[in-house]
Amino acid sequence: MNKSFKILSPCGILGYGFPIDSFLKGIEEKPDAIVVDAGSTDAGPHKLGAGVAIVSRRAAKKDLSYLVKGSISLNIPLLIGSAGGSGAKKHVLWTMEILNEILKEIKAERTKVSLIWADIPKKAILKKMKEGKVEPLGKTAPVLTPKTLDETNGVVAQMGVEPILKALETGAQIIVCGRAYDPSPFAAVGIKAGFSPALAYHMGKILECGALCCEPGTTKDCMIGELFEDYFEVYSPNPIRKCTKVSVAAHTFYEKDHPYLLHGPGIIQDLSQCEFTQINERKVRVTGSKLTATNPYCIKLEGAKQSAFRTFVIAGVRDPLLIGQIEEVEELVKESVKKQYKEIEPESYTISFYNYGKNGVMGEIEPINKPGYELGIMFEVLAKTQETASAICASTRSTFLHYGYEGRKSTAGNLAFPFAPSDVEFGPVYEFSVYHLMEIDDPCEFFPIEKWEIK
Amino acid sequence: MSEKLVDLAKVLRSKNSGPFQITLDILFDNKEAYDRVVKADVINEETIMKLYHLERKNICCIVFFEKALGIKVTYNRKIASGGCFDRDVYGAQQQSPLFDLEVE
Repeated sequence: MNKSFKILSPCGILGYGFPIDSFLKGIEEKPDAIVVDAGSTDAGPHKLGAGVAIVSRRAAKKDLSYLVKGSISLNIPLLIGSAGGSGAKKHVLWTMEILNEILKEIKAERTKVSLIWADIPKKAILKKMKEGKVEPLGKTAPVLTPKTLDETNGVVAQMGVEPILKALETGAQIIVCGRAYDPSPFAAVGIKAGFSPALAYHMGKILECGALCCEPGTTKDCMIGELFEDYFEVYSPNPIRKCTKVSVAAHTFYEKDHPYLLHGPGIIQDLSQCEFTQINERKVRVTGSKLTATNPYCIKLEGAKQSAFRTFVIAGVRDPLLIGQIEEVEELVKESVKKQYKEIEPESYTISFYNYGKNGVMGEIEPINKPGYELGIMFEVLAKTQETASAICASTRSTFLHYGYEGRKSTAGNLAFPFAPSDVEFGPVYEFSVYHLMEIDDPCEFFPIEKWEIK
Repeated sequence: MSEKLVDLAKVLRSKNSGPFQITLDILFDNKEAYDRVVKADVINEETIMKLYHLERKNICCIVFFEKALGIKVTYNRKIASGGCFDRDVYGAQQQSPLFDLEVE
């Protein structure tokens, strides 16, 4: 076993980009692996439901080209977690196609590539549901019934380190993972090299966000983590970014429900006893990370289903006489539209107004809730079909535009549209219909590994 | 003399913790400021319930973590991220009600 193991993380999400100088400095440090996370559920259920990526294809290819070249030049593994953002089959294949293109362009077709699927068959979930081994994650997660499962556009689960370790054992140089617990691919390479899983996971938790734990922090720059027997160290190859004791300790707060207890597939990390030591101006050492294996071993399932269609309009209002009674007028517009479409069930659609400049962001809990001298108004219609959404939205727009509210002086029109046409057909809206923990017996069972032949 | 929380904290942010929760992070760059806020007891269930119009059962946790000089508050979203009627998909702009809390 080597004395240490160094991982280069280029950025927080593959396709977010990184300064090339920073990456090349990282490569000069001769890392033992390059690992990048590509996933997130932050952008909502649409990416998973519709099977689209978070970043553009161009951005993903640009980043990935550097990573592939770096991996080949040093002959070190390259791992990508949660490929394509949501890590379902469509997202993995999208990534594979890009990777395939790059390997052909640089004439590296003989590179060994493996992928790990993370799609969970509905049949298997139904069976686990019957056995009582599927539980909602948190009080507000949706109730899962066979019907909602059926309506869900495919389900993925976050893999742990086990399937990735297996893929590493096959000798693959590039491993593309479907949906993975963000730290898993980072932890896996460290564990494979013989280092402590507790340290490897904690370091992975820090590295998966790129240089976010630095000051100044960003997901769009590189980080290096180095594992040693009893500790690990983190720093950015970019000299403008500094890790401090507090910045690294505080990083575990990010996007998590608890500041030091972190749940993952088959594990809980306890970071309450960690010690952080400033090694130099830019580098921090971490000791004392703890990890407990959980019994049973649970994986987090994620699935999205289509819940409505949307059409929306953006408009500005500058007339103080309207701004002063904006919510009342919006209610009157809604009522008028309802009367215009007696043949459409009012329950089959919803008209909503969002008044930016008043309480657009926080809605009913906005503590100030006073309008500015102009308002940006977004109104949307959600309906069971796109046709209904667009029809109701068009009537809402024309009614609002010409509505003769009390005391009106601007009798030619109430709304300033920035665009023509004003109405935008958004398409389907998705919701997370599955957000559950599922007990499994074998951590590799649902994550099959496949060798990828360059085409 | 009392000061506003926004003037004492180094970081005051909100973000999704999964699609069904929002988490508020209040981080400090010095122990004095952290201790002062903890001692003043301004971050508690009652305050969060009032500022965010929440029932007690929808506050998941309020944790004080001295080692990181930070306080974390996690609560259940009324509307899930990116679903119908959500106003803040990333949950990234829900911090401002905390700004004006007066700290003794």
